[in-house]
Amino acid sequence: MHAALTVFLKEVRENLRDRRTLVNALLTGPLLAPVMFVVLINAQLHVELGKAEKPLSVPVVGAANAPNLVAALRRMGMVVEPAPRDPEAAVRSQKADVVLRIPAGYGAHWRKGETAQVELIYDSSHRDTQAQIARLRDMVDGYAKVTGAQRLLARGLSPALASPLVAANRDQATPQARGALIFSMLPYFFVLTAFLGGMYLAIDTTAGERERQSLEPLFATPVARRDILIGKLGATTAFALASLALSITAFAVAGRFVDTSRLDMVLSLGAHFAVFVMLLMLPLVVLLAALQTLVAAFARSYREAQTYLSLLMLVPLLPSVLLIVVPVKARLWMYAVPLLGQQVGIMQLERGDALGALPVAACLAGTALAALLAILVTMRVYASERLAISG
Amino acid sequence: MIEVRNLHKSFGAVKAVEDVSFCARDGEITGLLGPNGAGKTTTLRMLYTLMKPERGRVLVDGLDAAADPLGVRRALGVLPDARGLYKRLTARENIEYFGRLHCLDEGALRRRCDALMAALDMAGIAGRRAEGFSQGERVKTAIARALVHDPKNLILDEPTNGLDVMATRAMREFLFGLRAEGRCVLFSSHIMQEVVALCDRVVVIAHGRVVADAAPEALRLQAGAASLEDAFVRIISRSSACTPP
Repeated sequence: MHAALTVFLKEVRENLRDRRTLVNALLTGPLLAPVMFVVLINAQLHVELGKAEKPLSVPVVGAANAPNLVAALRRMGMVVEPAPRDPEAAVRSQKADVVLRIPAGYGAHWRKGETAQVELIYDSSHRDTQAQIARLRDMVDGYAKVTGAQRLLARGLSPALASPLVAANRDQATPQARGALIFSMLPYFFVLTAFLGGMYLAIDTTAGERERQSLEPLFATPVARRDILIGKLGATTAFALASLALSITAFAVAGRFVDTSRLDMVLSLGAHFAVFVMLLMLPLVVLLAALQTLVAAFARSYREAQTYLSLLMLVPLLPSVLLIVVPVKARLWMYAVPLLGQQVGIMQLERGDALGALPVAACLAGTALAALLAILVTMRVYASERLAISG
Repeated sequence: MIEVRNLHKSFGAVKAVEDVSFCARDGEITGLLGPNGAGKTTTLRMLYTLMKPERGRVLVDGLDAAADPLGVRRALGVLPDARGLYKRLTARENIEYFGRLHCLDEGALRRRCDALMAALDMAGIAGRRAEGFSQGERVKTAIARALVHDPKNLILDEPTNGLDVMATRAMREFLFGLRAEGRCVLFSSHIMQEVVALCDRVVVIAHGRVVADAAPEALRLQAGAASLEDAFVRIISRSSACTPP
């Protein structure tokens, strides 16, 4: 049996016996994110749909000044609430989302055929009230349009005269793409899962082994350090891949518990998605394992390695946040950049778009090259005299 | 047979080993004696190729450690100062892991493990995980691990460190057994009695240099001392007198 394989099998066996590693790599790591995801998305759906379906209730100041308008609003489903004493203060203190004020001069303007005015009192810094405000504005605008058209017709004119131009919306977003907006964090979840899945092994097999003083006897065996490193990297990669596979499966299952049809969108988290995500992630998992081992080899102790790796964990967050804050069109060179390539690739897959051969090849080649480099650097560090000395 | 010729090693400004030469023969137990920090562990580490000497050569059964480190490690059994075992593996699994790294086939490995565990009286701990082993149980497992490939040469760094009287005596008997089998045993110690009881030959190291190399009795006569302990103290202090502080 090849020495690297012996090392690999021993590391896997030893770590399968460690409950902390198992729980982190194969339970909390891959399952926590999907569960959180289902809960969060469902909560968001609940809140948004609940608001849209609830009757709109608005306090009205001066309802007596425009009985016809108020009656029309009631017909459109609005519930008229009694006016608060100080409407501005009521809005500021969030007692009311929006207040409609009808001034005393409304009737006089209306009868003369002049433009009458009503006031919507609201606070735009409260994002959750925006749907209510938009609904009320639509109702008022609707009433104004109908009345305006009636007045034109009464004078024998076509209502089209008053609206020479209208812009119609033709949204080309597929239902999948609308869903993907919510899912732009998904690639980061996958990277994070792979990172956490391998982290404990990377530390345990390098900094941990040195701290427990078993690295020196191991290096006294007639096995090249290169082979020892390959076995250890293999074990770290295997755990990270297992963690990732579990996570992707969990997300596919979790997708079924989200009733996306109510939001008019579709998610593609099926078998095709899973296979391609695994493919894109494969070289990245190797790269992460090599980087983790490299960092752990530099650390003087297990604790120190943990601290460094927690910092390294923030790096994969960068492309995700960047793409959320500054949405850019995916270009070919982006696929060749490790992390960024997986991010744009997986987002593309979520949207239900097919991924071309060229982007896939660029993504695999770019990350594989980086992984190879990281392995070579780690090999150099592994060959150093300093590495084995624990005392 | 282990031959060391003019080894030099320094860490920064500190000269850990300076011009150390000695020879450990087959069928003999050679003791590397010296106070703490004398350079014993560094010398041994250069023997099993964990460290590279700045100058000098190491020959194990005629193989040059610089040219063929893997060959040298194959010819050596090593009990380093660091005795770390894998706590989540049993004693037997610990030994088997190293056997497989030495490319033993499964049949030979099983026979060798059985023989070593019988010789070291390890039947009670074979199937137990190394977590919670006593110091003696740890050393036994580490020795069995070092001997699993049946090496001709053996390097032991402070093998009786931390062992109680009974375990020390058993270890002594075990080392005599290895000598009787014609192996070359080289061990380091800072304990006089240990060396007297075990060695055919003593190499005394102080401040990174060899200050004496003889049989225990000859050493005593050479120093003109009543006991070997007096001889040891006299030799060490003589060497420090001529070394600048």
